[in-house]
Amino acid sequence: MPKDSGIGASPKRREDLRFLTGAGKYTDDINIHGQTYVHFLRADVAHATINSIDTSAAAAMPGVVHIFTGADFEAVGGIPCGWQVTDRFGEPMQEPKHPVIAHGTIRHVGEIVAAVVGETLEQARDAAEAIVLDLTEKPAVIDMKAAAADGSTKVHDDLTSNICYDWGFVEENRDAVDQAIKDAAHVTTLELVNNRLVANPMEPRVAVGEYSRSDDMHTLHTTSQNPHVIRLLMGAFVLGIPEHKLRVVAPDVGGGFGTKIFHYAEEAFCTFAAKAVNRPVKWTSTRSEAFMSDAHGRDHVTKIELAMDADNNFTALRTETYANMGAYLSTFASSVPTWLHGTLMAGNYKTPLIYVNVKAMFTNTVPVDAYRGAGRPEATFQLERVIDKAARERGVDPIALRRQNFVTEFPYATPVAVEYDTGDYEATMAKLEEIADIGGFAARRTESEKNGKLRGLGVNCYIEACGIAPSNLVGQLGARAGLYDAATVRVNATGSISVMVGAHSHGQGHETSFPQVISEMIGIPEDQIDIVHGDTSKIPFGMGTYGSRSLAVCGSAMVRAAEKVINKAKKIAAHLLEASDADIELKDGQFSVAGTDKSVAWGDVTLAAYVPHNYPLEDIEPGLEETAFYDPANFTYPAGAYACEVEVDPDTGKVTIERFSAADDFGNVINPMIVSGQVHGGIAQGVGQALLENCAYDEDGQLISASYMDYAMPRADDLPFYTVDHSCQTPCTHNPLGVKGCGEAGAIGSPPSVVNAVVDALQSGGKNVTHIDMPLTPSRVWDAMNNA
Amino acid sequence: MYAFDIERPSTIADAVTALQGEDAQALGGGQTLIPTLKQRLAAPSKLVSLSGIGEMQGVCVGDDGAVCIGGATTHATVSREAAAHYPGLAALASHIGDPAVRNRGTIGGSLANNDPAACYPAAALASGATIVTNNREIAADDYFQGMFATALDEGEVITEVRFPVPQAANYQKFLQPASRFALVGVFVAKYADGVRVAVTGASENGVFRWAEAEAAFSADFSASALDGLTVDADGMIADLHGSGAYRAHLVSVNTKRAVEAAS
Ligand SMILES: Cc1cc2nc3c(=O)[nH]c(=O)nc-3n(C[C@H](O)[C@H](O)[C@H](O)COP(=O)(O)OP(=O)(O)OC[C@H]3O[C@@H](n4cnc5c(N)ncnc54)[C@H](O)[C@@H]3O)c2cc1C
Repeated sequence: MPKDSGIGASPKRREDLRFLTGAGKYTDDINIHGQTYVHFLRADVAHATINSIDTSAAAAMPGVVHIFTGADFEAVGGIPCGWQVTDRFGEPMQEPKHPVIAHGTIRHVGEIVAAVVGETLEQARDAAEAIVLDLTEKPAVIDMKAAAADGSTKVHDDLTSNICYDWGFVEENRDAVDQAIKDAAHVTTLELVNNRLVANPMEPRVAVGEYSRSDDMHTLHTTSQNPHVIRLLMGAFVLGIPEHKLRVVAPDVGGGFGTKIFHYAEEAFCTFAAKAVNRPVKWTSTRSEAFMSDAHGRDHVTKIELAMDADNNFTALRTETYANMGAYLSTFASSVPTWLHGTLMAGNYKTPLIYVNVKAMFTNTVPVDAYRGAGRPEATFQLERVIDKAARERGVDPIALRRQNFVTEFPYATPVAVEYDTGDYEATMAKLEEIADIGGFAARRTESEKNGKLRGLGVNCYIEACGIAPSNLVGQLGARAGLYDAATVRVNATGSISVMVGAHSHGQGHETSFPQVISEMIGIPEDQIDIVHGDTSKIPFGMGTYGSRSLAVCGSAMVRAAEKVINKAKKIAAHLLEASDADIELKDGQFSVAGTDKSVAWGDVTLAAYVPHNYPLEDIEPGLEETAFYDPANFTYPAGAYACEVEVDPDTGKVTIERFSAADDFGNVINPMIVSGQVHGGIAQGVGQALLENCAYDEDGQLISASYMDYAMPRADDLPFYTVDHSCQTPCTHNPLGVKGCGEAGAIGSPPSVVNAVVDALQSGGKNVTHIDMPLTPSRVWDAMNNA
Repeated sequence: MYAFDIERPSTIADAVTALQGEDAQALGGGQTLIPTLKQRLAAPSKLVSLSGIGEMQGVCVGDDGAVCIGGATTHATVSREAAAHYPGLAALASHIGDPAVRNRGTIGGSLANNDPAACYPAAALASGATIVTNNREIAADDYFQGMFATALDEGEVITEVRFPVPQAANYQKFLQPASRFALVGVFVAKYADGVRVAVTGASENGVFRWAEAEAAFSADFSASALDGLTVDADGMIADLHGSGAYRAHLVSVNTKRAVEAAS
């Protein structure tokens, strides 16, 4: 029988009540007395020298409070990058200053050139139109390979080239991999593009800066996935505000998908300007601004080679990628194509030799950073596509080829520096074959052919590294922060509990699932437990939510804090029951003395902690509140197998997804319904990438997919009903909950199966198509069919 | 948006008067105009809303059997009220945009705007419709004059559109994946005196009639009549969503499908 509470139950998401009834409180709902509005004048050219900015006419316009330009920010720091990557030659990456407002040079369309603070937004906008810019345009650097060539225009004149870094991993394997590829019985090569995406959370970014002169306190309300990270980056690196004078609040956030991890110029601006004009300053992004100022995702151009012996055992893998950084390094930009990508290149397979080369390129485009999956989708896509191509070239079944090369023994140390603690790839593949009814495919294909459609089946595996990560390890790899998390379990006198967590919920349902864990541990109802998050003044500390780390890392901190609480409560119970604490057991909210019928309820113990009349004051303090920080011993490694079945209309090239199945191993599952929801959403975004979404620039650096008229988001009728399963569970061995993380799996695991399926369909129709770059729009599929 | 005044007249005459003012502009359902204003790409001093004009609302059948649609009638209303009289037209209306767009957007606004990817222009041209304005009647063949260009004069209001009802008709819309306007849309209408075929979404000159297909279908109203006929890829729109050659190909595909589905 399914449980109805605690771990493994699927209570409905309590936060949905307020989200679905319009009672959520988002940053844009925050309006402060005396508030002003900022309108950013954004560059409409990709690359130019700013000769002068004349704001005099604008400053005289009605309602203008103040106009800021790059000169006003010369003295403050640039927007920092949180990860220092060291290149193949042992040199640090090139790291240009990322100014809050462009100063001297414009480097991408959408970059802030001036900021008008006004009494009303419309007045600020009116005034912005009166600002006179004198620019000298320069050629735009857009194509990554051209950007790498000698003599290319440089995005940053003060750097030696447009190459941020040329990274090799594992550099010592380079020659051995080259040799193995030379010696191989068969090598499959594939060149591909991992298309650039715009995350498009439903809620655009918003920032409200506030300054209190009475106590010199700055407050930033912002749409962030990690308020403490923003406090750290903005306070320490940009504005020089110490933590105790800076509060960052991220209330309800309407989706992030990675793009709200990063510290953005608009946040620093509103915080800075609020003090400068001594009034609150508010910015609400329009959707158009979001397209040209939210960090974009993906954008890799890759060549991958898979070497095999005569028996189709994988012997070596080599990949070369150009990764777009955009014009400046966003917060985690440098880590995405390196440590979040290269370390995953082994996938689910025991390929003994792997070499990954990544050239990170500056271009005159919006900065590119983590987007749902971040690096891992790029790794999975190329690997699972090249395996599929190899299977065709060798004339073997793609599932069998994968199986033959699976890692089967754990722990498994990959040749790319990570150690998988547990997994069972055979189990998820077998589960996939069952839920996807792979056996019934041939009949379904015949049926489709009768209707004039080509039907294809695509399968892939994936592995991801989640729960980032052991701080000492990421420190060695260049992270400029620790990646632990923290939680405070505050038990109130009557026994109800507030848990202050460093994770931030913006769609993940923490407010529902985290209490399930505490409820399970203590045995009190979930509605006695609340989660508090998103405010640096309320929570102990936290690195936030991304990389499927909330439950694995912050949930572990919460468990540790709850254990401390329970230990203390047992001491109190022992006192009340006149027993020894070693004999106290906690079950269903009752403390009892083992082997006796003596017991005391949770609420009586918590009351005693706050009304300590009968209390061991000489041994323990009153109160019942504990904090724990948790630093994981390893990443977690969710893995799975996905299958997609498509129909292709041979007349138009239109692809429809007929079936989609996902068999995931997330370790232990706290709330299966929420996990399914996460997989559903991830698949929607993965299918979006595979079939629809494409962020495109023209050669002048104009964003040509700058609105929903041209940027295609997946809609409900683009997607089938999914079959998702997470019953294969190999619990993580190193965190207390045995959980692995599920937030990104769908986005990582789905694009290759979609493309594999379309290639399969076209081949079944006699078209010699081996690859099509995403998104597989009707026109691209039709072009591929007609050029084959 | 820039500031503007708004008037909401209740008669065509008052609307026409209100539109005399400098920089005044008609407001239909606002589905095109309001986003344009929000982007500050237009700066009318006055908007004259047509939605309160009763004589421009609704669907009726004229003495000559033509379906007459008031210029301020929403797509949603057309999809309901024209269904019994001209199902092909009603079906087209029911697939414009999403419910919110259909509940606001109007036939007059769509035809006045003449977006090269809009649906109604194909229906109007293929039906040989008459665009009735406050001071004249314009044949569809004379009305459409290229992308976003029409025969309308400044301040002229589309008060009604009259569609002769064909024996059989169908509209095939191949969706542009992002906007879900027509990447290519083809409307085929069979009348006693011949077949008309109008294509939207494809040409750099906006909606057009495909004369060769019309001749072929007038002789033989079947998909196979189209065999061997193609439109020239030159002059077709090429963008992120498809090349000129692809659009030209889709013209043939959609035309065949429209003939097969015509009822
Ligand atoms: C999300 C979305 C999806 C859409 N999808 C489609 C689609 O699939 N197919 C499609 O065809 N269209 C689509 N549209 C456009 C939609 O049909 C609009 O309704 C239409 O283009 C404009 O009609 P309107 O009544 O809203 O006009 P408005 O936006 O009010 O006005 C448009 C222009 O027409 C003028 N005007 C309005 N009414 C009259 C009149 N009676 N006489 C003279 N001039 C007038 C206005 O002055 C203005 O210049 C879509 C729009 C949106 C926002």
